[in-house]
Amino acid sequence: MNVSLPVKISLRTIALGYLFVLLLVPIGVILYRTFENGIGAFAESISTPAAISALNLSLLIVAIVVPVNVVFGIVVALALVRGRFPGRRLLQAVVDLPFAVSPIVVGVALIMLWGANGWFGAVESLGFKVIFGLPGMVIATIFVTLPFVVREVEPVLYEIGEEQEQAAATLGADTWQTFWRITLPAIRWGLTYGVVLTVARALGEFGAVIMVSSGFPGVSQTLTLLVHARYIDDHNTFGAYSAATLLMAIAVIVLLLMTLLDRKRSTEE
Amino acid sequence: MATLWLSLIVLLPLAALAAHSLSDGFGGFWNAVTAPAALATLRVTVGVSIVVAAINAVMGTIVAWVLVRDEFPGKKVVNALIDLPFALPTIVASIVLLSLYGPQSPIGLQLNATQPGLVIALAFVTLPFVVRAVQPVLIEVDREVEEAAASLGANNFTIFRTVVLPVLAPAILGGTGLAFARAIGEYGSIVLIGGNIPYQTQVASQYIQQQIEIDRPVNAAAVSVVLLLIAFVALFVLRWVASRGLRRQENDR
Repeated sequence: MNVSLPVKISLRTIALGYLFVLLLVPIGVILYRTFENGIGAFAESISTPAAISALNLSLLIVAIVVPVNVVFGIVVALALVRGRFPGRRLLQAVVDLPFAVSPIVVGVALIMLWGANGWFGAVESLGFKVIFGLPGMVIATIFVTLPFVVREVEPVLYEIGEEQEQAAATLGADTWQTFWRITLPAIRWGLTYGVVLTVARALGEFGAVIMVSSGFPGVSQTLTLLVHARYIDDHNTFGAYSAATLLMAIAVIVLLLMTLLDRKRSTEE
Repeated sequence: MATLWLSLIVLLPLAALAAHSLSDGFGGFWNAVTAPAALATLRVTVGVSIVVAAINAVMGTIVAWVLVRDEFPGKKVVNALIDLPFALPTIVASIVLLSLYGPQSPIGLQLNATQPGLVIALAFVTLPFVVRAVQPVLIEVDREVEEAAASLGANNFTIFRTVVLPVLAPAILGGTGLAFARAIGEYGSIVLIGGNIPYQTQVASQYIQQQIEIDRPVNAAAVSVVLLLIAFVALFVLRWVASRGLRRQENDR
């Protein structure tokens, strides 16, 4: 259908206007508010002891969650693609489940499993504090990021098929050698993409983490909790803007990485 | 091992949640869900989410259309921008919108603690769903059919309604369903701009969080289960409608 010029222009105006008002204007305002007192004020605001320990905690959670998700993500993807067992289709649905569950509901569910009165509440009396401790925040983050690696690796595994792996096995390679030499190189870009998505979500998760964290500044406050606490508890609007801008910068880097990886993947295919 | 891992991380917590919601029997569950405050918060959540889903269906399709069929300088940048709401932490989305529509608003427009504020926050975080669902379908669409319809004298509106829309409908519905499911459970983007006013702007996730804080875990668990069910039903129904539409198209050919 060949749209006439006036229709084309008005559709373009509507689309770009919508994006401009919804995305660009608010982001412009927050950048202005962050830097209106100069870059020094911004730097000071994101290097307070509470901010630094929030950054460290967020990075620590990422450092634990990413390796866990990589290992189990590959295991689950392999099971979904290569496995022949009853309930495989059910497992497919379970992998997508975290996308459909509200972050708050994730938090509540974890409290009911790991909390003092939960099914696994006994671990707390053994001195292993899950809820209101680091383990709780890590488990919550694993829950919400679980689908990413699986969903990025799975299609690649389908695509490459099993022939090369079988050939390697016939030539006497053991399972590990086949995995390291054949499977891993084939899935590396998909895996990297999944990791980038995991990092972004892990740094940015708020709802699930706030439910299972005690939220003490300097102890159990992640970057997103810091933004919230600065705005709500400290009435430090500027501090909240600064921390949000820091998170936004990370998000933009993630976005650039994703674009680069997309290009890399499509040129290699 | 894969099954064990998924069970431990995903299924077991949800099972504990479901069990806890029934710990006072089905009567307790029913009372928790039909409490006036719980019903009000579910009504607000579903109502606002339907509005947001509808906005997404229309605006998302227009944006996708412009990104595929139109040419203008800077299109690549705009295209990359679409993913920003997914990359941005939800709490950042909240504070970004608050800087424009909050107490410090430079345009004097205050939308915090109002339902329009909720709609804007949710439209922000759900923007990519419909756009990214429709875009690839629109690229693949066979334009010859459109041209044939045009040469037979059909006007643009007729072509869109009878040729383009049926092809796009499954993608639009799919994206809208995802946007709705996301909106239903959203918390981070709403927590600062929503105001959390019971009966007016308190959404279900805020109500659940409040019930945990005042130590009413059964209420929290019960409303959580309802929220989950609404999301599942929405996704299931839309998937069913979409696959039916797809099948009808194939039968037509």
